[in-house]
Amino acid sequence: MVVTVGWYVALSVALFTVGALGVLLRRNALIIFMSIELMLNSANLLLVAFAREYGDLNGQILVFFVLTVAAAEVAVGLALVVVIFRRRKSINIDDMRLMKG
Amino acid sequence: MTNEVLQNWQFIFIFVALSPIFPAAPVILNRLLGPQKPNAIKQQTYECGIETVGDTWIQFKVQYYIYALIFVVFDIEAVFLFPIAAAWGLLGLFAVFEVALFIIILAVGLYYAWNRGALEWF
Amino acid sequence: MFAAPTLNLWVITPLIILTVWAIILMFIDLFIPAGKKQWTGWLTLVGLIPALALTLMQWGQTGGAFIAEGGQPMVVVDNFATFLNTLYLLTGILAVFISVSYIRDAGLERGEYYFLMLFSIVGMMLMGMANDLILIFLALELLSIPLYILSGFDTGSDTSEESALKYFLLGAFSSAFFLFGIALTYGATGTTSLPVILDTISLDDPLALAALGMLLVGFAFKVGAVPFHMWTPDVYEGAPTSVVAFMSIGAKVAGFAALMRVLGQGFPMWGELWQPAIVVISALTMIVGNFAAVRQQNIKRMLAYSGIANAGYILIGVAASATDPEAISASLYYMLAYLFTNIGAFAVVIAVEKLDGQKGLLVEDYKGLAKRHLLLSLALAYFMFSLVGIPLTGGFTAKFYVFGAGVTAGLYWLVVIGAITSVVSAFYYLRPVLYAFMYEGPAVARVSRGLMFVLVVAVFATLVFGIFPGPWYELASQATFGNVATFVAGG
Repeated sequence: MVVTVGWYVALSVALFTVGALGVLLRRNALIIFMSIELMLNSANLLLVAFAREYGDLNGQILVFFVLTVAAAEVAVGLALVVVIFRRRKSINIDDMRLMKG
Repeated sequence: MTNEVLQNWQFIFIFVALSPIFPAAPVILNRLLGPQKPNAIKQQTYECGIETVGDTWIQFKVQYYIYALIFVVFDIEAVFLFPIAAAWGLLGLFAVFEVALFIIILAVGLYYAWNRGALEWF
Repeated sequence: MFAAPTLNLWVITPLIILTVWAIILMFIDLFIPAGKKQWTGWLTLVGLIPALALTLMQWGQTGGAFIAEGGQPMVVVDNFATFLNTLYLLTGILAVFISVSYIRDAGLERGEYYFLMLFSIVGMMLMGMANDLILIFLALELLSIPLYILSGFDTGSDTSEESALKYFLLGAFSSAFFLFGIALTYGATGTTSLPVILDTISLDDPLALAALGMLLVGFAFKVGAVPFHMWTPDVYEGAPTSVVAFMSIGAKVAGFAALMRVLGQGFPMWGELWQPAIVVISALTMIVGNFAAVRQQNIKRMLAYSGIANAGYILIGVAASATDPEAISASLYYMLAYLFTNIGAFAVVIAVEKLDGQKGLLVEDYKGLAKRHLLLSLALAYFMFSLVGIPLTGGFTAKFYVFGAGVTAGLYWLVVIGAITSVVSAFYYLRPVLYAFMYEGPAVARVSRGLMFVLVVAVFATLVFGIFPGPWYELASQATFGNVATFVAGG
């Protein structure tokens, strides 16, 4: 069986869907965050698969950039989560209702 | 885009349409069919059958989390150095300047973090 | 053998200046004692003003930078980019004047504030200059990540932290959509360069359709368009007001910049396809934004919904540009006028806000303001009139041009919705004005010198745009996209 680029697309669409549902359905900020990472990485998979399909390096280079940007986001996001958890002892986003209107 | 790839696309779209049903069905059926008599013990987090002791959100020592975060950022930046190292012979002087600039910027960031006390283990 | 790309660094000199200055400022800030951080603030201007001067000198020039052999430039400068860069730099300069006294009085005085703002401005400028989806993604993150930190800058406040986390999670979520859109575009065309996408994309490729949809979702999040606007009110309410003033203009304009360039240069031939989508988003955004704003008691929330509504008005011009690319100029002019009106309105909010415990932010807190601060109340009234779109204000001429572009493009019912929602907006915009002039109350305000400067500039600019819109609109209409083919020839 030949694994064509279609298989990779299917896998990455599935991963992206799982990630998006995770963001929408889970209530723990950390797990939402992990779901977002899953979404980013599903896009990475797609980029690498297409880069190979086209024999073009730009897709792979973009993956490098995405990885580093994701790391920067991790640093900011985790710092925020830690700060909030220290104060509230909870990172459930349903508890974040100080503002309404 | 070849016809063969388009053929595969049809399966993907069918797959996307059908795939949510499989995880959703057991959950929904469970809700609909199963008897629901919640009590305090049942609602607890399952932890290998033994009664849960204390809060699951215990405090780990996180004083050095900033250290860890900074490590993550700097660690991943190294990814840009590998391709350049692999093609070093081809790149010439241009790449030397690029890499030097890149590392200088990283070093400034490190110095800043250091100076602000982010590397203290206190 | 590897050939170094053509650099053409002159294209990005303003960006280089800002970046280098931000890094130097990080160093300098280490040696500025804790109580004197306003120096860092004023030193920010040392980077912003030369960058603004250089940007103004780039007016009328087109060029591309970082051109690989036989490829397309990664970064371009054309009048479109220069016009928007000027907006960001003006926003940045005014934001510094607003911030210095605000963050000192709020007890947030840390030097990071200013150079994070500089980095964010670099990201915004890159959004409009990027000619490649890779770079648009990087610019988006470079602009967003500092803003996540800045919205959580008030670490002593629960609401600020909460708004930062919400902004972060939803911002990262939207970036993921955007990135997936980029990946799909790459899959459909084998390139990320906008001009090449234009050449290679095929109209009947389902992959490209999905890509365009994902990109639109990502942009709609960034500009706060309905139905992806949920984060805006909470973030605006919780974040420090000076940050909100900065990002409510900068981040929004940057989102529009990239949206316009991607639609106008990557997918222009799909106009009849994306125009209906933009029209629907625009209509929903105007309706939801304006009606939700009516019932807000907190003035920052009200301005958040007002920002959503204004995104809807700007989108009219974007929708019109599907048939006539020149219609972009109406949206550009709108953003120029909106910049001054909005930053003025936020300056008034900051003046009335009491920093001990986040008070003075309710609309009722404006009761009796005119008794003690007549000029400030008049300024408030003028900005609110401008936001409603009453003649002799910048807001009026902006709406006039945008509606005109809509009518020319045949989007009659969209313009009708715009006009009706503008009338609705009078209800909430005029409430604080009414309270300030008609009611007795204890409202007090403090106007620092920096705030005074911003107020004077904003009133003056709004007045100029209201009375002599012609030359400024002329500038905006020169700011449509440069011809991409010339970059390659000249590069």
